[in-house]
Amino acid sequence: MTIRLGGMIFGLAITAVLVLWSLIPGVYNYIAGPAPEKQASYAFYEKPVAPAGGFAFDGAFGKWDVAQLQRGYQVYKEVCSACHSLKYVAFRNLRELGYTEAEVQAEAASWTVPGIDPNTGETTTRPGTPTDRFPSPYPNAIAAAAANNNAIPPDLSLMAKARPDGTNYIYSLMIGYTEPNAEKAAKLGFETPTGLYFNKHFPNVNIAMPSPLVLDGQVTYADGTEATIPQMSADVAAFLTWTAEPSLVARKQTGWFVLAFLVFATSLAFLSYKQIWAGLKPKKK
Amino acid sequence: MSFAWAKQYEPKSPLTKWLDEKLPLPRLVYNAVGAGYPVPRNLNYMWNFGVLAGVCLMIQIVTGVILAMHYAANAGVAFATVEHIMRNVNYGWMLRYAHANGASFFFIVIYLHIFRGFFYSSYKAPREMIWLLGVVIFLLMMATAFMGYVLPWGQMSFWGAQVITGLFSAIPLVGEPLQVWLLGGFAPDNAALNRFFSLHFLLPFVIAGVVILHIWALHIPGSSNPTGVEVKSASDTVPFHPYYTAKDGFGLGVFLIAFCFMVFFLPNALGHPDNYIEANPLSTPAHIVPEWYFLPFYAILRAFTMDLTIPFTGIVLVPAKLLGVIAMFGSILLWFVLPWLDKSPVRSGSYRPLFKKFFWVLVLDMLVLTYCGGAPAEEPFVIMSQVATAYYFLHFLVILPIVSQIEVPKPLPFSITEAVLGKDESNPAVRTGAVGTGSDGGLPDGSLQPAE
Repeated sequence: MTIRLGGMIFGLAITAVLVLWSLIPGVYNYIAGPAPEKQASYAFYEKPVAPAGGFAFDGAFGKWDVAQLQRGYQVYKEVCSACHSLKYVAFRNLRELGYTEAEVQAEAASWTVPGIDPNTGETTTRPGTPTDRFPSPYPNAIAAAAANNNAIPPDLSLMAKARPDGTNYIYSLMIGYTEPNAEKAAKLGFETPTGLYFNKHFPNVNIAMPSPLVLDGQVTYADGTEATIPQMSADVAAFLTWTAEPSLVARKQTGWFVLAFLVFATSLAFLSYKQIWAGLKPKKK
Repeated sequence: MSFAWAKQYEPKSPLTKWLDEKLPLPRLVYNAVGAGYPVPRNLNYMWNFGVLAGVCLMIQIVTGVILAMHYAANAGVAFATVEHIMRNVNYGWMLRYAHANGASFFFIVIYLHIFRGFFYSSYKAPREMIWLLGVVIFLLMMATAFMGYVLPWGQMSFWGAQVITGLFSAIPLVGEPLQVWLLGGFAPDNAALNRFFSLHFLLPFVIAGVVILHIWALHIPGSSNPTGVEVKSASDTVPFHPYYTAKDGFGLGVFLIAFCFMVFFLPNALGHPDNYIEANPLSTPAHIVPEWYFLPFYAILRAFTMDLTIPFTGIVLVPAKLLGVIAMFGSILLWFVLPWLDKSPVRSGSYRPLFKKFFWVLVLDMLVLTYCGGAPAEEPFVIMSQVATAYYFLHFLVILPIVSQIEVPKPLPFSITEAVLGKDESNPAVRTGAVGTGSDGGLPDGSLQPAE
């Protein structure tokens, strides 16, 4: 009885405090108070979109489009890598993009990575080897911030998993550098701050990164594909999905074997369950 | 085991005979989860989740121990070692996704197990101790899961640690020094990460220990059942093995299909993208949200938006943060007194029409709290979470005791056998009360005594 009485008193007390001090003033403010201020950016933001036709690795049976990953790598190398590193991806991982051992060696050597002079111990640079990671062009974060109007270009290894709907987010961001609707902007008094750029797919629509893909044909694809801006955007989004989750296709393929085995084993378990219980004749309600 | 008709273990080979004399471990297993444990014959699929929770604990311990071989609990490299596991360790991605989704599935299973307990009043006498130990396990699980989420040292790890340890700073006088002491610094850093790793490794084994006590306590009165009528005779029970090992085996298969589907096809669906950004004390995420299984309690924490003041004086009696902390901890701690709040003599919700309605309101209420806990702190979600929080406390502390007083329950079946086979077929021996006596003299008689 004491427990029930104490519980009832505690329950009524905490509910009374919640309702009288928090809920009623909250409801009053919601109905009578001023509408919460919304940032002007909400009027211009658009959710990420997928490229026409989607990606080859979409869906439960998706596979890498190796040619697309190679094109995306080319976009990364010629455009993105000017500012962004891939610190969790090694040159040796390029083997998974269909390059041979020798090609990977040559590719790694075409990059310059930080090193130490074996004779003097001074810091220096050297050509990359397959075990090196994709380097940052800046020696440290302060240098990166100083060179980029105080915005540090993030590492791109995990970008496709570090944003909601990441693959489509990367694609959309690349094609999102448009002009804000002039009429709407005038009405809301919206202006992109100096040093930032308007991008309708960036959460607050003002991004520190200038548009990286500005011209059709900015990259000359080795496989002859026409390098339109949407094409380059989709290719680099695919490449960065691979850098974020290299095991994506292997994971799904393993998953099918695992599920097939489990469905088989569970069917057997169900049959043995039915057989063992058959003698008991449980009546169904 | 207290039932006289329980099968006895008989070692046959010389080896098992020898072993039974020296260390009767096979006998223990036989009596715990073998043919020596008589179980009500009418258990439905909701009784699968205890076994599944045990399987989840084993999955977490096995994957966790292997992950720990490749992980380094140092703030400088923790995030990178997780990526090392994902990229360079053979099948490391599978281990990590199994461990991360395993935590989610552990909570799905445990929530179903707890709500089974709510509906069938599994907490009532003579099973209070099983329930109390279960609440202890749940609290240990929450602590373990929270500390595990800090280990990848992503943005949500860091800011989650900041917010949750910040709860302790709401305690008057000692709060702030207590938070510094818990973290080993003024903000989460290497000291916090190291101790969280140490405790995250330790607590699952503590959980395993309490699980053993939980099962031990279960074996004193035996399992509850969907009618809530206690076991009366041998015809009410079947041996755990092979009947429930077979049924649980099928349930395990269904569970593993759902679990593996998430691990292999949607491994990040239950996580947060921000945790793939390395911890950065200088950049606060737009919305700090805990893992989904904490959301109902997070909504209760955030429901208190105003300080408790003396009206028109501005004197603060209790700050809003402390109110939220009291309510959040109170919302789980009140489960400890649940066996003494609900005094209805009928256990099963199937025979309690009024209770049943409120039970489903509670389920809906928990779903609303989960949704609001994940929503940004804006209207109308704040009002929704306040209404849902109020209902949560009223349900357990006011509605449940009153309902148990005024409700007229439906007539109960005489016995489990009668509930399963129908009145006509039931053994006359059952009706005349030919009941065996337990070896310890105390047989649960199903006389439906009030809980106090």
